[in-house]
Amino acid sequence: MIRTLISAAVATIALSFPALAAVEIQDVTSDGGIHAWLVEEHSIPFTVIEIRFKGGSSLDAPGKRGAINLMTGLLEEGAGELDARAFAQAREELASSFGFDVYDDSLAISARFLTENRDEAIALLRSALVETRFDQDALDRVRGQIDSIIKGNAKDPGRIASSTFDALAFGDHPYASSRNGTLESIATLTRDDMFEARDRVMARDRLFVGAVGDITPAELGTVLDDLLKDLPETGADQVEEATFALEGGITVVPFATPQSVAVFGHEGIDRDDPDFFAAYVMNQVLGAGGFSSRLMEEVREKRGLTYGISTFLVPMDHAETVQGQVASGNATVAEAIEVVKAEWERMASEGVTDKELQNAKTYLTGAYPLRFDGNGPIANILVGMQAQGLPIDYIATRNDKVEAVTKEDVARVAKRLMDAEALHFVVVGEPEGLDSTN
Amino acid sequence: MHRVLAVFAFTVFGAFSSVSAEENTTTYTLDNGMEVLVLEDHRAPVVVQMVWYRAGAADEPPGVSGIAHFLEHLLFKGTDTLAPGELSKTVAANGGSDNAFTSWDYTAYFQRVAADRLELMMRMESDRMRNLRLGEEDIATERQVILEERNQRTDSDPGSLFGEQRRAAQYLNHPYGIPVIGWRHEMEQLSLQDALTFYERYYAPNNAILIVAGDVDPEEVKALADTYYGPLAPTEGLEPRKRPQEPPQLSERRMTYSDPRVSQPYVVRSYLAPQRKTGDQSDAASLVMLASLLGGSATTSVLAEKLQFEEQTALYTSAFYDGTSLDETSFGLVIVPNEGVTLEDAEAALDNAVAEFIETGVDAEQFARIKTQIRAGEIYARDDVESAARRYGTALTTGLTVQDVQDWSGDLMAVTEEDVIDAAKQIFQEKNAVTGWLTRQETKKMAQEVTQ
Repeated sequence: MIRTLISAAVATIALSFPALAAVEIQDVTSDGGIHAWLVEEHSIPFTVIEIRFKGGSSLDAPGKRGAINLMTGLLEEGAGELDARAFAQAREELASSFGFDVYDDSLAISARFLTENRDEAIALLRSALVETRFDQDALDRVRGQIDSIIKGNAKDPGRIASSTFDALAFGDHPYASSRNGTLESIATLTRDDMFEARDRVMARDRLFVGAVGDITPAELGTVLDDLLKDLPETGADQVEEATFALEGGITVVPFATPQSVAVFGHEGIDRDDPDFFAAYVMNQVLGAGGFSSRLMEEVREKRGLTYGISTFLVPMDHAETVQGQVASGNATVAEAIEVVKAEWERMASEGVTDKELQNAKTYLTGAYPLRFDGNGPIANILVGMQAQGLPIDYIATRNDKVEAVTKEDVARVAKRLMDAEALHFVVVGEPEGLDSTN
Repeated sequence: MHRVLAVFAFTVFGAFSSVSAEENTTTYTLDNGMEVLVLEDHRAPVVVQMVWYRAGAADEPPGVSGIAHFLEHLLFKGTDTLAPGELSKTVAANGGSDNAFTSWDYTAYFQRVAADRLELMMRMESDRMRNLRLGEEDIATERQVILEERNQRTDSDPGSLFGEQRRAAQYLNHPYGIPVIGWRHEMEQLSLQDALTFYERYYAPNNAILIVAGDVDPEEVKALADTYYGPLAPTEGLEPRKRPQEPPQLSERRMTYSDPRVSQPYVVRSYLAPQRKTGDQSDAASLVMLASLLGGSATTSVLAEKLQFEEQTALYTSAFYDGTSLDETSFGLVIVPNEGVTLEDAEAALDNAVAEFIETGVDAEQFARIKTQIRAGEIYARDDVESAARRYGTALTTGLTVQDVQDWSGDLMAVTEEDVIDAAKQIFQEKNAVTGWLTRQETKKMAQEVTQ
């Protein structure tokens, strides 16, 4: 489910609110030509920098599935003169934190450091990016950790459900398989593969940077050049669009557990579609609104069939889906699925009421400023906006686009998007009264 | 590479969760006994309201395990002026988010909204403190929801079931041995009257703490609190919280939990340990430093160095200790063995590493690095007033004061290398150990027996 959650989070960034004059974004270009968006916040002496490389684990070379994920795990495992432990000690001495994560569409680096030792922190992080050692012992150790994760995911009902859905939906596209790779595919990865994986994804032609904190534009320019100018200019080509190949139906994956987990979905809507905001508001009413959503009301509050149910718009770089997830006892999951289908149908045929529309809009416009609640969250928003190709003044204008959504817009997009017959449910557990279709 | 091991999320709670001395706090008490704490942060027009009750799962009467948590769910049903679900819907319609959480020592409710909506939040939160209206139908449906919650969080996860069993073995007499969610057979019987009895006794202004954090003026908060919480009647005769305490442990306890859904076996060993006490947090501070030294970092800790890097017996190691607890807490060690290493050998390697640590003493450089991070933690903490609010809430419902919270960072910095070794000698005694093995059960039929 990581893919789904991440993408959902990215989508939420696309909303706006009026009171953001306080967050003044500056477009900074370093002497070396590297761009970043910056919000200065000098009241606390530290800075957060968020870096994204577009492409992420989808850029694995043929036959090397899992290489970019393993490489990402090794970025903090030794660089320059420092082995894994010495690198960690150096970072702790500075009280900095560095995060290295990879997703289907991006590789993410997060850094938090104090003003008092900024230069040392940046020098250390730079060494992780361009002087990575990829020592064989570290490679073997981290590969052992990933082996353990792969085995754990194979026993986790939620993971099994989402990976089965992806495999069925996306054919031979990278989205169809786990970014972890398989036990077999990572067993043969070498040090050389790690250098190649790094150079495929960590290049300057796919780079986005957001920074927030106790740093001036000039200081940030220096940091950007110190940190990133030695990266290669280009990397691997981005992958092709994925074809969504899954038809409506049910796939049961037998698994001995008292509660079934169902992941469901069908094709979705592009982030750039003129009706994306209408779809976004619709999804808020349907299943993204927590206790206010129709599905939560029908499945949990009225019938007590689940602890939680939610739906997501998942606009990825090369495919779009609408997805949802619910967990319910083996005896009741079939009923929960019937309710989901009925609600899907109701949304397609009836759209939303005036009151639902107004509540969703009030929530979405009001909730946005609450996201700007710290240097880290703001830096994340800045880098997310750039990765989506949004303009720098987007935040101030975007509220109007939510407000502009009408009941007719929602009805139109619901009719076009929501298709109960096309919904495919992957159910992991021992569900009573459910069998796989076809 | 630490994100790998989220599966084994044993953390050193509160290790670096200090607050800054510069933090802007105001406290007062309403006439009906309700305590109020205001934390100011004017950087964004946002406010968090929290109401913390000094009542949690460990305050439940025998036989109704899970009632504190069940009641937490039921608080989202109606009052005379709020329809069922209306509170959350109103929060959402104002752009906010709300939720609640229950632990052994507290139950807390919170909303996060634009700062100018605080009054509306107070009106609703104060209403449900005393005026909840519940019917039998609410009980039947919501009981199904908490059973599904137990399914999802506990019964579907062998690691959670193992943790539940270990906790039960750790506490012979104290209700900390009972899971917050409740034992299934007791959850199935929870009644309307059980919920109302708990509610009427504990949900009262003289048993609650209001915390308001964010872009607010303390004087205005006080006026609002007087208006909305001030008129609520206190519960008369509320006694100090006295739970059954643990007897001295005289014999090591060992257990094995097997489940076919286990992909990665591991060993957890825990010991009863003292908690933070008001005006006297030094023992707990030593234990936080001990946990940090042994297992606070996936790369540089004593256990990681020895077992993951040198001997390579472990895939992962950790040490955990949460000192913010009303009664005696626990200190634990974790080892996840590498492929091909038995649990028996892993446990022996863990023992050796701890013994060697006590023998050789604290590495001065490692100790200094941890203290550097504590100091830096005070700077970073100023960026997150909501976390600060949670730290105060947890402390104030576990017998600590605002002063204790503000002293905590200093108490951690005052710990010496000798204090740490003394604490280790005190804690790590074989007769006090509760050792659990999580193993993979290969036959399929067994799964039903252990999870139903």
